[in-house]
Amino acid sequence: MIRKLFTGAVALLLAGNALADWALNMPKGVTELSAETYEIHMVVFWWCVGIAVVVFGAMIYSLINHRKSKGAVPAQFSHSMTAEVIWTAIPVVILLIMAVPSAELLIKLEDTSDPDVTVVVTGYQWKWHYNYQGEDVAFFSTLSRPSMAARRRDSGIDPETVENYLLDVDNRLVVPRGAKVRVLLTSNDVIHSWWVPDLAIKKDAIPGFINETWFRADVAGVYRGQCAELCGMDHGYMPIVVEVIEPDAFEAWLDDEKGDAAPTATNGEPQ
Amino acid sequence: MTSAVADTHDVHDSHDDHGPVKGWRRWLYATNHKDIGSMYLIFSLVMFFVGGTMALIIRTELFQPGLQFVDPSFFNQMTTMHALIMVFGAVMPAFVGLANWMIPLMIGAPDMALPRMNNWSFWILPVAFSILGSTLFMPGGAPASGWTMYPPLVLQTGDAFPFLIFSVHLMGISSIMGAINVIVTIINMRAPDMTLLKMPMFVWTWLITAYLLLAVMPVLAGAVTMLLTDQFFGTSFFLAAGGGDPVMFQHIFWFFGHPEVYIMILPAFGVVSEIIPTFSRKPLFGHDSMVYAASSIAFLSFIVWAHHMFTVGMPLTGQMFFMFATMLIAVPTGVKVFNWTATMWKGAMTFETPMLFSLGFLFLFTIGGFSGLMLAIVPADIQYHDSYFVVAHFHYVLVPGSIYGLMAAVYYWMPKWTGHFYNEGLGKLHFWLSTIFVNVTFFPMHFLGLAGMPRRIPDYSTQFADFNAIASVGAIGFGLSQLLFVYIVIQCVRKQGQAASQEVWDSPRGLEWTVPSPAPYHTFETPPTSSNTSFSWKWPDS
Repeated sequence: MIRKLFTGAVALLLAGNALADWALNMPKGVTELSAETYEIHMVVFWWCVGIAVVVFGAMIYSLINHRKSKGAVPAQFSHSMTAEVIWTAIPVVILLIMAVPSAELLIKLEDTSDPDVTVVVTGYQWKWHYNYQGEDVAFFSTLSRPSMAARRRDSGIDPETVENYLLDVDNRLVVPRGAKVRVLLTSNDVIHSWWVPDLAIKKDAIPGFINETWFRADVAGVYRGQCAELCGMDHGYMPIVVEVIEPDAFEAWLDDEKGDAAPTATNGEPQ
Repeated sequence: MTSAVADTHDVHDSHDDHGPVKGWRRWLYATNHKDIGSMYLIFSLVMFFVGGTMALIIRTELFQPGLQFVDPSFFNQMTTMHALIMVFGAVMPAFVGLANWMIPLMIGAPDMALPRMNNWSFWILPVAFSILGSTLFMPGGAPASGWTMYPPLVLQTGDAFPFLIFSVHLMGISSIMGAINVIVTIINMRAPDMTLLKMPMFVWTWLITAYLLLAVMPVLAGAVTMLLTDQFFGTSFFLAAGGGDPVMFQHIFWFFGHPEVYIMILPAFGVVSEIIPTFSRKPLFGHDSMVYAASSIAFLSFIVWAHHMFTVGMPLTGQMFFMFATMLIAVPTGVKVFNWTATMWKGAMTFETPMLFSLGFLFLFTIGGFSGLMLAIVPADIQYHDSYFVVAHFHYVLVPGSIYGLMAAVYYWMPKWTGHFYNEGLGKLHFWLSTIFVNVTFFPMHFLGLAGMPRRIPDYSTQFADFNAIASVGAIGFGLSQLLFVYIVIQCVRKQGQAASQEVWDSPRGLEWTVPSPAPYHTFETPPTSSNTSFSWKWPDS
């Protein structure tokens, strides 16, 4: 049943959508740790599939063969210490196998020491503020105008015609490729959460508290995410766009922006 | 016995067998466990449709990208109210209704131990939900901060705020009174030689559930009271500006919230533990280990709460502890699934509707269990958290989990309640339609979440369009399929089906099958004993 639906859904997706590779599974992302996160996600997933094959296999075998209409005579056993010990012990072993690499990865994810760049991210209802610590560069990042226009009810604009609908901003967070970027998060009002799937980081921005996380992007490009914690009416309209550029270009960009309250948009959009 | 019912009844031929009082007094003054059980079940069915309608408003808006039908603030009100109504108005009262009907019948008691409190605990609920529902018409609208009510956002609620808090308090009081009643009944009113380990699994799981309720509903009450005083009396429990901590609310809420998850699923475990043996014609495999597994799950549910909060910025050791503790839950849950499988193994199965819903439960709840295990892995959870993957996960454990458990229970015991069978063909149709549509609705949500769609958003980027459209079609199909259930129940209550025998099914075990069908208004006025041959043949297994 599920398997059929799964294949059906996959077939439908492959047939109808060119974005299939990013729409069906977690992205591998562009950092070492996002790739490791993907790995651990897949390892646990395949363990689950393996267990499902065994358990559902036994159930389905039983459903086919142990039915009254086939003339089955019910056995009357109701205990087996051996069986119960086995099916308690085996899951414990499997869990231990999963737990060790998960813990190792978690330790790496939490290591925010020795950053190359530190950005203070502040959540607002409903936009993000970025402050490059020690660089005198700070700006707000809000939903881009084409999306803003199309998102209104009865706007008459087909979202399909808007590039990166709801995932585009006026000012991107620009970071250098290969640098360890530490992200310090806080909020000005309610709790928000800063999530970029390709960087495999999600951390809450909480008023009165400073959270930290980090990433090191190995591939230049533009990576998009959204606020992940319900923060009120326009929770769905405060995207995150991170642009990873070469370190030289980053230095030039930083010099350009210094002391400039309204930075030049990196995506060529007028202010 | 000397209740309002006895004072006003007009049938004087036998004081041992008086029927219910006629008219509205029977319901408003109800103290009979069967009447109160029926009211709970009908109330929860109504709430199921109210909450379901809200779900369909959500899915209709999400059918395609762009806003077509509702504004973002109303969308958030719908997600919030849908959850509150389904959790506190549909699933929990439905299980209390089953407890009312079945626990006295299964342990050989004449009624619940505290019948007047039983009346009170039911009648609080319509009041609580009228208050909650009325917030939709208040300035600022209904609560829109999610059923989790996280501050500071929840403090931005309009006039609805104190009504939200008050209705949650009422729901909590109702649940606590229901839980006390269940505990007192089970501990004190079991048939004389029914030892604890001889109790049927449904009674066992409800006993454990009742203790969970008793432990955590006051915690929720405390949490929302602190919200109330933060809002109106100048305290700063959760406000950083006044020295408070918004995250502390999350810790307190989920200390309630995670046991709450098991409050909603343990009675369903009990139901399928009754049904699978009956239709496999074989005793439940490992009765005692099932009891220990359910108890372990209940214990673990108190020490895993922060796995709902892996992105709030906990210390590494805290994350490790909650990850390992959460993974451990897979062990007793696995034991339960394996024991149900072993119960079917070498049985002689037939597939009437209650069995179909139990099998649906077994397969689909297990899928929800797998995604639960994936969510326990912190590094991966950082990606899954607050995405549609989580929405898929908890709907898999709640809909084909808790709701299927409830459906299975209604089909299984309804012939005992009404004395008539439901329409088996329609019951099976209901099962298959529900099962197809529940998967069409919730399976694609796994993909949406993995691809990066956050939960609780009214509009989404175009790459999420296909799976959202599929999910919306499934949701409407699932919703319409439930109308069939209402039709089947009405048919059965109107006694339009085939008459049921006392046993109803093919040699089921349990004392409920020693009373006539329909179950008389008063049952077990003298306690049954295992040595009495009228009862010993149905005595539950140890």
